[in-house]
Amino acid sequence: MSTQVGNFEQPAEFAFTSEVMKMAKAHIAKYPKGRQASAVMPLLDLAQRQHEGWLPRAAMDYVADLLDMPRMIAYEVATFYTMYNLAPIGKHHVQVCTNLPCWLRGSDKIVDAAKRNLGIEMGGSTDDGMFTLSEMECLGACVNAPMMQINDDYFEDLDETSTESILTELKHGQQPKTGSQIARKTCEPIGGLTSLKSNAGKN
Amino acid sequence: MLKDQDRIFTNIYGHHDPFLEGAKSRGDWDGTKKLLANGREWVVETVKASGLRGRGGAGFSTGLKWSFMPKESDGRPHYLVVNADEGEPGTCKDREILRHDPHKLIEGCLIASFAIGANAAYIYVRGEFYRETEALQRAIDEAYEAGLIGNNACGSGWDFECYVHRGMGAYICGEETALIESLEGKKGQPRLKPPFPANAGLYGCPSTVNNVESIAVAPTILRRGADWFAGMGRPNNTGTKLFNISGHVEQPCTVEEEMSIPLKELIEKHAGGVIGGWDNLLAIIPGGASVPCLPKGICDSVLMDFDSLREQQSGLGTAAIMVMDKSTDIVAAIARLSAFYKHESCGQCTPCREGTGWMSRMMARMVEGNASVDEIDLLDQVTRQVEGHTICALGDAAAWPVQGLIRHFRPELEARIEQAKKNAAA
Repeated sequence: MSTQVGNFEQPAEFAFTSEVMKMAKAHIAKYPKGRQASAVMPLLDLAQRQHEGWLPRAAMDYVADLLDMPRMIAYEVATFYTMYNLAPIGKHHVQVCTNLPCWLRGSDKIVDAAKRNLGIEMGGSTDDGMFTLSEMECLGACVNAPMMQINDDYFEDLDETSTESILTELKHGQQPKTGSQIARKTCEPIGGLTSLKSNAGKN
Repeated sequence: MLKDQDRIFTNIYGHHDPFLEGAKSRGDWDGTKKLLANGREWVVETVKASGLRGRGGAGFSTGLKWSFMPKESDGRPHYLVVNADEGEPGTCKDREILRHDPHKLIEGCLIASFAIGANAAYIYVRGEFYRETEALQRAIDEAYEAGLIGNNACGSGWDFECYVHRGMGAYICGEETALIESLEGKKGQPRLKPPFPANAGLYGCPSTVNNVESIAVAPTILRRGADWFAGMGRPNNTGTKLFNISGHVEQPCTVEEEMSIPLKELIEKHAGGVIGGWDNLLAIIPGGASVPCLPKGICDSVLMDFDSLREQQSGLGTAAIMVMDKSTDIVAAIARLSAFYKHESCGQCTPCREGTGWMSRMMARMVEGNASVDEIDLLDQVTRQVEGHTICALGDAAAWPVQGLIRHFRPELEARIEQAKKNAAA
């Protein structure tokens, strides 16, 4: 896989800001001496977060050099893991899970609602650069299906209406409520508790 | 039904404070020093005697796994690696531990590390669980501050460091050797075994890789005794288990129940039953996407444990139950899983890299009935050429759902092919 996906301009240079460098050093310190290559994943993530959500080639080189590891290994890592975005991406990355548990609960409708609301197809971005829409594999919130992830947050127990209102709020610069979108706390049974109705105390 | 007093994860729904104060009120970190004072051997033997089998899917005895670690260090450090790369479709149990009961995991990490002679643990959390990682990190920071971990953890004399490493979106990293590769800063491609991680794992050092749930239940087992845990479930299938019930049920949920609970009882008691009633059930995948589906006839009486599900040629896996009612296009459902495995194959072994693509493309045709009846056997044959012929179990995991479909729903596949032929002739 190439480190260049699509036709767009790559910045010539990249460097961590001093603040991000502090975070990078904290990651490097987690691993034994001489094993600093272990920090390549968190550092590439920091680079991506610093660079508007996508990872340019220059950032891969920068991280590899910083960790004193072959640049090729950094390219391999950046192209292997799906959370590294190798091309410019919308400010809000809308990722709808369509795997089996979500599909059984109607993820097709969520996909349609998102497409309709944003006016783009799967894999596309809005012209203003605000949204990118992607199909995701299982995100691990299956009892709260259907769900989607937008940047770092999960939005669960969706229907078409709640999906559209979340996206509309984001368009207006508001922060929509995260987690379950219905009257339900996390992964408890939708109709009410069947266990742990009182605090069980010290077990 | 399991009594609340016997539930380990008493904050699984996040109704209470997940952090140190709340955790302590639920019994976490209670007498940890005393537990460790019983010695490494005692910890391993107690966990062995409890019958705890790994909660990540394979179901290997946790105590036995710990006992494989060298008793004395040969100069190389030992490591505990916790697999929180939860990504098996249907599975969302570790997520609740990470964000609602993180101290059970951290205390478990200290205990397990002590038991295997490790002074450091790495918890590998899937990258999408960003908020869960924040909660876990906050709990770890609190534990350091309170002296529960770090140098002389809990005053036990044992030094213990606990680190979080985030994945970045690769299902394959849930495989233990791929996870180790990833943790070393490489692509997550599985390693050949042997050598097993207990001999040469992280950085070539003796390592144990355990699932989050396996580690998080360990402190309670030590406090309440092996007999308490072994007294629940059936022999060889002991203890309590977190179940995820998703799909076509009235009240999807995560719940901790006794191992070996009948599948039907589990769904009716906690998930409000199948939508439209039990008779509206078509099939259930009982243990995450990798295990073969079971038709209603088997679901009527099967028990949710390792042995009962194995007897039915399926498996407990991660105990993630996906319920499909009669409105489900079962062929499309399994085809979706085949597409998933195609997407997630790491590409290292030819039978898996090519086979997952084959299976996915054939399944896509089966959904339309765009095939000949002989091709059902051909598809089965392809699954057999993948199964058992790859370095890791992803190949098997891709093969089994298709095999389960053919085993139980062959008439459906045939009818669809016939219908497509008729439609074409008309």
